[in-house]
Amino acid sequence: MKKPIAALVAITALSTNPAVAQDLSIKVTNLTNGIYFTPLLVAAHDDSNHMFMEGSAASASLQAMAEGGDISSLSTDIQSVGGNVMENPAGGLLAPGAYTEFDLMSDSGNTHLSLSAMLLPTNDGFVGADSIMIPDSKGTYTYYLKAYDAGTEANDELITGGGAPGAAGIPADPGGSAGTGGTGVATADNNSMIHIHRGNLGDTDATGGTSDLNSTVHRWLNPVAELVITVK
Amino acid sequence: MKRSIKIGAIAATLGAALLLQGCNNDNNPNRSFNIEVVNLSNHQPFAPVAAVLHKPGYDGFSLGTMASEGLEILAEGGDPSAFISEAESDNKVVNTSSGTGIIAPGGSETLKVQGITPKPRLTLASMLVNTNDGFVGLDEVDISGLDIGDSMVLHAKVHDAGTEANSEAAADVPGQGGEGFNTTRDDSDVITIHSGVVTQDDGLTGSALDASHRFDNPGARIVITRMQLENK
Repeated sequence: MKKPIAALVAITALSTNPAVAQDLSIKVTNLTNGIYFTPLLVAAHDDSNHMFMEGSAASASLQAMAEGGDISSLSTDIQSVGGNVMENPAGGLLAPGAYTEFDLMSDSGNTHLSLSAMLLPTNDGFVGADSIMIPDSKGTYTYYLKAYDAGTEANDELITGGGAPGAAGIPADPGGSAGTGGTGVATADNNSMIHIHRGNLGDTDATGGTSDLNSTVHRWLNPVAELVITVK
Repeated sequence: MKRSIKIGAIAATLGAALLLQGCNNDNNPNRSFNIEVVNLSNHQPFAPVAAVLHKPGYDGFSLGTMASEGLEILAEGGDPSAFISEAESDNKVVNTSSGTGIIAPGGSETLKVQGITPKPRLTLASMLVNTNDGFVGLDEVDISGLDIGDSMVLHAKVHDAGTEANSEAAADVPGQGGEGFNTTRDDSDVITIHSGVVTQDDGLTGSALDASHRFDNPGARIVITRMQLENK
């Protein structure tokens, strides 16, 4: 979470938001051709907190999610400010074209929904939704989500196993299409804030080239996910 | 003389009744729409468009699911007729329309659909001919809120039918003189957002495409206008 939590709690206490608890059914579909989602974190929270924000620096917890798929700290952060969370609804990786469906109960005042999961294989890419206002009326609502770059790690596109925050490289390619022996695509991010991911470059050289990723498999265009919220 | 007057009066009464039935008011379930499709790509002509006016319950295609054979034929070879036939055999479909030809980049075509349904939905698809199985699509857009004379502007994303590997080889890409539809499914067999073309300019050996064929979302601008019913 990005802002000082004490200040946020004060804002929340002053809020007169009349929103009541809601019973939500949520479906997330991976729309990419060759990119896996690591365990998703989906949260309902108030309007003063953010899981992440475009154009802002990533929190340490967000970085851990984006670089290594570890949502534990991010989940703790959100729960500490009263958020309702669903961790890892797919029970592991969400494959290209696959979806996961689950229920989420939001407490009164938790009027906004956020979501994130690392995109694998990337260095620090993630699919994200920042503070979608949960509709008041019963119905089914569809949103399309973009791929973000956390801005915390150079997109070298090398499969090194490095998933710890600050460690270079990509943890793994679950689909097994990646190569080896790349020399590295980029050595630094130009934009160190959370920004729209420029996509993987990849190449077609399985044993060399600049990237370990495969340009025919590991590229994508936005949107990368479909989010369907059903208010019951 | 007397008789002919009576007949004339009856005809006038019938005419008034017919006029009333066909009258233009926003709640009339008999609805007519113009659908303008504008090609926003740089070098991806669109194959003839398939447009389907339907009630809730018809599913021409959906992200994250397997393509029907009609969609496979449309997406691999550009021919919308099988997709249209599938639609017309569905009792939730009210009306269909096929484009008259190719829509060049920057070009547009306006299709018309009309039929009786208080809950009109629109599904639309058209192949990007310089791809293996890419198509622009709208999936079950709710157009029930349009009053007569109103328009809505939508942007259609480029989908991958998932039925043919994205070789980009001339032999497999109809816009490059290659084969259209074949029954083999050698890709993921799930409809996703297209990951874009790699092209020979980006090192894909065997690709017949160059940088001019690259695209991003959205692929098409769609303007849906509810029309006055035409007097028959």
